[in-house]
Amino acid sequence: MASADSPAAGHGSTADDVPLAVELRGITKRFPGVVANRDIALRVRRGEVHAVVGENGAGKSTLMKTLYGEHRPDEGQILVDGREVAFRSPADAIAAGIGMVHQHFMLADNFTVLENIVLGSEPTKAGRLDLAEARRRITDISDRYSLGLRPDALVEDLGVGDRQRVEIAKVLYRDARTLILDEPTAVLVPQEVDELFANLAELKREGLTVIFISHKLDEVRRVADSITVIRRGTTVGTADPRTTTARQLAELMVGAELPSPEVRTSTVREVPVLQMVGVTVTDGGRRPVVDDVTLTVREGEVVGIAGVEGNGQAELVDAIMGLRPLAAGSVLLGGEDVTGWSTRARREGGVGFIPEDRHRQGMLLDAPLWENRILGHQTRPPAVRGPFIDRRGARADTARIMREYDVRAPGPDTLAVALSGGNQQKLIVGREMSAEPRLLVAAHPTRGVDVGAQAVIWELLKDARAEGLGIVLISADLDELIGLSDTLHVMLRGRLVATLDPRRVTPEELGGHMTGARTTAGAA
Amino acid sequence: MNGLARRLGLSLLGPVLAVLVALVISAVVIALIGEDPIEAFRVMVDLGDSPSQQVQSIVVVLNRAVPLFLAGLAVAVAFRMGLFNIGVEGQYRMATILAAAAGAAVALPGPLHVLLIVVVAMVVGAVWAGIVGVLKVTRGVSEVISSIMLNFIALGLASFLLTGPLRGSPPGASIVTTSEIPESGRVPSLNGLLTALGLAAPRSGLYGFLVVAVVVGVVVAVLLQRTRFGFDLRATGLSPSAATASGVDARGMVVKTMLISGGIAGLIGLPDLLGSQYDYGTEFTAGLGFLGIAVALLGRSSPIGIALAALLFAFLDRAALPLQFADIPSSVVTIIQGTIVLAVVIANEVARRLALRSAERAGASAGPGPDAGGDDGAPPPPGPDGGQRVRTGAPEDVQA
Repeated sequence: MASADSPAAGHGSTADDVPLAVELRGITKRFPGVVANRDIALRVRRGEVHAVVGENGAGKSTLMKTLYGEHRPDEGQILVDGREVAFRSPADAIAAGIGMVHQHFMLADNFTVLENIVLGSEPTKAGRLDLAEARRRITDISDRYSLGLRPDALVEDLGVGDRQRVEIAKVLYRDARTLILDEPTAVLVPQEVDELFANLAELKREGLTVIFISHKLDEVRRVADSITVIRRGTTVGTADPRTTTARQLAELMVGAELPSPEVRTSTVREVPVLQMVGVTVTDGGRRPVVDDVTLTVREGEVVGIAGVEGNGQAELVDAIMGLRPLAAGSVLLGGEDVTGWSTRARREGGVGFIPEDRHRQGMLLDAPLWENRILGHQTRPPAVRGPFIDRRGARADTARIMREYDVRAPGPDTLAVALSGGNQQKLIVGREMSAEPRLLVAAHPTRGVDVGAQAVIWELLKDARAEGLGIVLISADLDELIGLSDTLHVMLRGRLVATLDPRRVTPEELGGHMTGARTTAGAA
Repeated sequence: MNGLARRLGLSLLGPVLAVLVALVISAVVIALIGEDPIEAFRVMVDLGDSPSQQVQSIVVVLNRAVPLFLAGLAVAVAFRMGLFNIGVEGQYRMATILAAAAGAAVALPGPLHVLLIVVVAMVVGAVWAGIVGVLKVTRGVSEVISSIMLNFIALGLASFLLTGPLRGSPPGASIVTTSEIPESGRVPSLNGLLTALGLAAPRSGLYGFLVVAVVVGVVVAVLLQRTRFGFDLRATGLSPSAATASGVDARGMVVKTMLISGGIAGLIGLPDLLGSQYDYGTEFTAGLGFLGIAVALLGRSSPIGIALAALLFAFLDRAALPLQFADIPSSVVTIIQGTIVLAVVIANEVARRLALRSAERAGASAGPGPDAGGDDGAPPPPGPDGGQRVRTGAPEDVQA
């Protein structure tokens, strides 16, 4: 049962003479203008999988950075195996037996698995890299924890799950006794999640401690032995996963009772805004990365594209936006063939674009917000007048976007780099919506944004859809895809392999299609 | 506005710091070679005793600053788009010799004659730079490599033209030059303006091309800061991928930018050509293209900054002669210029980080950061399907 006030519930049986693997007492961490963590209490027993759950932006990552020595807390104590420690750097944390598997992998693609694992703590014999010793230890680790590593494989040839196991091996190689996994399932499809959980069970069997950061509650309930919930920067309670339902946990996490889901109403109209016919894009050579894709987006329709990243979604977006030449096929915008049009002509023709990587494609980080308002709309009012930039108009409209889309920043002259990811994304969404597009290409529109911004962006997309906007939605977030889409296509190795009904499909089924485990096209 | 003043202060901080550091280092170097740094600096800032000497010194500085300013602009235009036009040197040499030859070959009424020379110079400069742009977009050749290579070709070609088809000086003359441009093709000096202002008349004439340079500076400033084209150019410089995604045709921009940069580069030799030399020869001012890179760097690629940087460099250059009279090696000037450039690169980076940090602080204090949470007892935000959402798949935001 979840208990907000009695932290003893989960570990009443812990004998006092067995020290806790990790204990945090009263940890507070402040950043300029923000208290990221406040009076955190965390008790992790040796040999358990301890989940730390909370919404995006609740302060989980800040807490783990504190524990991993990436910054020092302003107040509070960190105890490892019952002894108080003060980490000045991650090196200190590693020396104390704490390892971190980051959410974004930190591997050198052109190195082998073995080289990646030993990188930074290479075994040497007479000053030279002792490959035999490295190989022996890695094989030993791989066997002991059933990681199934191939030491000589190049990392660039590995899938996401394998890469994650390399990261775990990296930490184990440095003799970690406590592993921190930061959102390890965010990048995995359901089948890979199962494999990860099997690995975690092995680690636990060998007496290692795992701290598992997540906000996916049913996963947490499957894998964790105990759960600590963080809300708004502080620990609000612990829970026993065996006796707590996902709903109770969620309520603890958000601090309120949950309303029931609304009934979805379709706003799909008959008129197509985007038609792609037999679109093929090659990778510069002959290999097709988008292979004979045909799809239609109608007014008021959200067409979701599901797929494991790297299966041609990015190239599909490029094809729609005119950023990449087509090897075959055609793109029609509102019935007009725009295959030969430039990106600018397509944007002027009413295509809005929320790019996958906002730092790379969506913003000028070193430019003020009002210049970012102009970006992508260089040829249209209110930002320009004839061949000239309308500075006053751009500033005024930026201020309007900031007001209407809740972009929190001092003003239009603030540099974009100063904004948090969520505020940057809200500015991009506001900018694209302000041009009143016919078609919106939204690639991972809520990636890396906090939960408040996420909800705002979803609301905006839904409102725009109701007004007749056609949306192509590409996302790695299966819930987002299922929740927003009217039609759901699955992309695998450049092809659309299945078309599903988002009202009936479960994330597990969708995951099966994404990995090619299920092959029935048109399962809906 | 406090924020504006602060940003302005930060943008000035880098160059000012760099100049100060460079002066300290230079003082140390001067002391090391056994000269008195105080005396050296005194000689450098001494413009002369009589009013006419002082005016003369100022005219020398301005006359030197005009081509440096144009060179800085040429480099900066490409720089703002992330292109390194190292080939300004070759571009202005080619432009100057061909413009000199064209100017000597025709006879037109005054303003038209000058206009023709200017147009020829700009077209030649643009074409020479355009080669770099075309190579980059069609063959993927780095503009740094191709423009350096084209410098060598330009210098060789200019020498060939000068000694061969375009030679105007009599055989056996110690200095080989093109034919002299007739009176109608010359730009009159601004000395009349100086005397009208009540200043003593200097020995040499203040280049009338100063006016052209100011106009070019204003045009470039407006082009970069106020036009759509300038926005596309700067956007490409800040982030090529974001610019492309916004609809900028990156390949076209490379060629257009190189054409503009080269066109301005073509003007660099004209102040000297039309104001005092009237022909292109073996003694014609060299190295302006490379100095332009330093000037653009020091001026942080903004027209006003470049003007100040050009004046500073010209002021230092003027000091070379008086230093020699005072028995101090004139290479002191080169040392100061060199250290300024090195220091400015470092100082710009320091200033950029300071600006970034102050911007981030401003952003953090604007509203609750990503970690503060915004759900003070309010109901949690709804999910994508309109209902409450328990699972979210987006990765955690980067923490403040």
